[in-house]
Amino acid sequence: MSTTILFTIISLSAIGAIAAIILYFVAQKFKVYEDPRIDQVEEILPAANCGGCGYPGCRGFAEAMVKADDLSPFYCPVGGNETMAQAAEILGKAVEAKDPLVAVVRCSGSPNHRPRVNEYDGASSCTISSSLYSGETGCQYGCLGLGDCVDVCDFDAIYMDQETGLPVVIDDNCTACGACVKVCPNDIIELRKKNKKDRKIFVSCVNMDKGGIAKKACEVACIGCKACVKVCAYDAITVENFLAYIDPNKCKLCRKCVEVCPTNAILEINFPPRKVKLETEKATKAEPAKTETK
Amino acid sequence: MLKTFPKGGVHPAEGKYSAGSAIEALPLPKIVSIPIAQHIGAPSKPIVAKGDKIKVGDKIAESAGFVSANIHSSVSGTVVKIDNVLDSSGYKRPCVIIDVEGDEWNEGIDKSSLIKKEISLTDKEIINKINESGIVGLGGATFPSHVKLSVPDGKKIDVLIINGVECEPYLTSDHRLMLEKAEEMLIGIQILMKALSVNIALIGVENNKPDAISHLQNVVKEYPGIEVHALKVQYPQGGEKQLIKALINREVPSGALPLDVGAVVHNVGTAFAVYEAVQKNKPLFERVVTLTGESVKKPSNFMVRIGAPVTDLVEAAGGLPEDTGKIINGGPMMGKAVNSLEVPVVKGTSGILIMPAEESKRKKESNCIRCAKCVSVCPQGLEPFLLNKLAQLEINDKLETGGVMDCIECGSCAYTCPAGLPLLDYIRLGKSRVSQIIRLRKQ
Repeated sequence: MSTTILFTIISLSAIGAIAAIILYFVAQKFKVYEDPRIDQVEEILPAANCGGCGYPGCRGFAEAMVKADDLSPFYCPVGGNETMAQAAEILGKAVEAKDPLVAVVRCSGSPNHRPRVNEYDGASSCTISSSLYSGETGCQYGCLGLGDCVDVCDFDAIYMDQETGLPVVIDDNCTACGACVKVCPNDIIELRKKNKKDRKIFVSCVNMDKGGIAKKACEVACIGCKACVKVCAYDAITVENFLAYIDPNKCKLCRKCVEVCPTNAILEINFPPRKVKLETEKATKAEPAKTETK
Repeated sequence: MLKTFPKGGVHPAEGKYSAGSAIEALPLPKIVSIPIAQHIGAPSKPIVAKGDKIKVGDKIAESAGFVSANIHSSVSGTVVKIDNVLDSSGYKRPCVIIDVEGDEWNEGIDKSSLIKKEISLTDKEIINKINESGIVGLGGATFPSHVKLSVPDGKKIDVLIINGVECEPYLTSDHRLMLEKAEEMLIGIQILMKALSVNIALIGVENNKPDAISHLQNVVKEYPGIEVHALKVQYPQGGEKQLIKALINREVPSGALPLDVGAVVHNVGTAFAVYEAVQKNKPLFERVVTLTGESVKKPSNFMVRIGAPVTDLVEAAGGLPEDTGKIINGGPMMGKAVNSLEVPVVKGTSGILIMPAEESKRKKESNCIRCAKCVSVCPQGLEPFLLNKLAQLEINDKLETGGVMDCIECGSCAYTCPAGLPLLDYIRLGKSRVSQIIRLRKQ
């Protein structure tokens, strides 16, 4: 009995030893050299694997950065400038700091402002709804309210406001990975510069119909009247297809355009209340802004 | 034993309320909006401007490329403007808007009802005439007909198949056309046979239209080479591939066209339009449209000028019923709800279905119970439950290998699903993604 056990142990050990030796030489022979810096860079990346950088996950991004000579086209929106500086240090290359971005929802068409004219009962997806028709309201450009952007967000940075039926971005959570921008069939979400104290001024509308038609469909639509263009001292506003756009790089956040907009289509967010203002005007301005700041 | 296609299929309630109503001409609309994109392919280019006086049958938009179609005015009057109007696509798209004044036809059109039998044009001239007259597939897909007739070199067509199946529930426009315009339609088929130089044409008609079948069988005796076949009632027999399989037992391979198996399929409505274009010089500017529904006072079949608003048809059929829930452009299976009564009738509008609110609601969604009913009814032999999930998860490579591009969007899967899942919506989404990938790959 004991000899059988002994024999078994010895023979198995011998097989194990031989296999180990073979595996050792095979591993040496087929060894793939990998730049150790890839692991180092991947280590400091946020491991969100969101694809916001344009590469397949954080490892793909790290590999591409190690290979590249110039780091200027690379940017990790989740990690931001801090992570990029660390990565540059590991790689011994220089990197410029970029302005952090944040997603903004360019539609204020809540049911109060934009009445529903029909009812959609199909699959709950904006992409499917937009492939079928222009949506429940008279505006064919605005938010469809089915929440594809909420589903796609990996960072819990966007939610549906039940009252307005519009998505709201939580600035602190938003990493500007751009997933919501890509998924939105109506291109409502835009990545804009994250200013000091998260202050933002933007045209909260994407309606490209003529003024009258736009206004009829939605009270807070941009009607392309160009009042904001006239008042802007920095040439930051352009109107194309009856729709104003404020260039975030030129805008100095002076708020003059917000005051002149006749339909309240331009929103100011996270600004202190104005000092001298007419009571009525203040009340109308405060309402849309309130819904946007979580 | 009646012929049918072997795989899958469903049999929804037929609801052909308007089968007994003869085709009547709809009173002239006051204003028409004629979309410049009514067909598959490139939208046409408008060639009229604001203020132009035009007559019925005048060309108002020119075809932009090979796969495109001319568009003709359906009324006489003045062009008001070219503007974006909500059409059955659900979006505002460019339309030529014409204010109707009188009913003056272009001099070239033969308005008499005399049946002209002998075909004087050659095959090339016929195809040119069809192209010039803006004829597209009137079964609903609106594929330009001249493209189907221009057979590429090296392909041999030996049979022309005429689709008189009308498998969509409720719709009866093709049924009435076969009853009332059989002679004209058969001459149209002869013209198509000459254009394709084939000697055999098979008309497939579902057995729920016995009057049409017996009428056609009587008339067809004078037309050698044309046969009428009764088919077992089964949806979606009107699908090109299903009809070819049912009639001549040939299977169109995945990714191939009917002409790869030597067949070309045209709708009976198209055959009638071809007759009018070639023999009467009348371009395609009107078509038969069924206006029907359970609560509609007078379910009817109208001869409608293209561009007339749907509301005119609804008025003519006794007004909008109070319990209306949905207004569908097309049949209940493949049609699409419209979001306004003002949308214009286009070349592809075979019917307008008014559904009661109760009936029009979708089933409440629940979880897939893996019953595989969708698999057994899919006429293309696909696995809808799987394609649905893959489309939701955006696994596009598996969607492609799963044959999503073979889906004919008949909706049998969603119709039969006991869990009420919107299978077709997601499959269509997956299909559009995959087709985009395929297009990019080819570049």
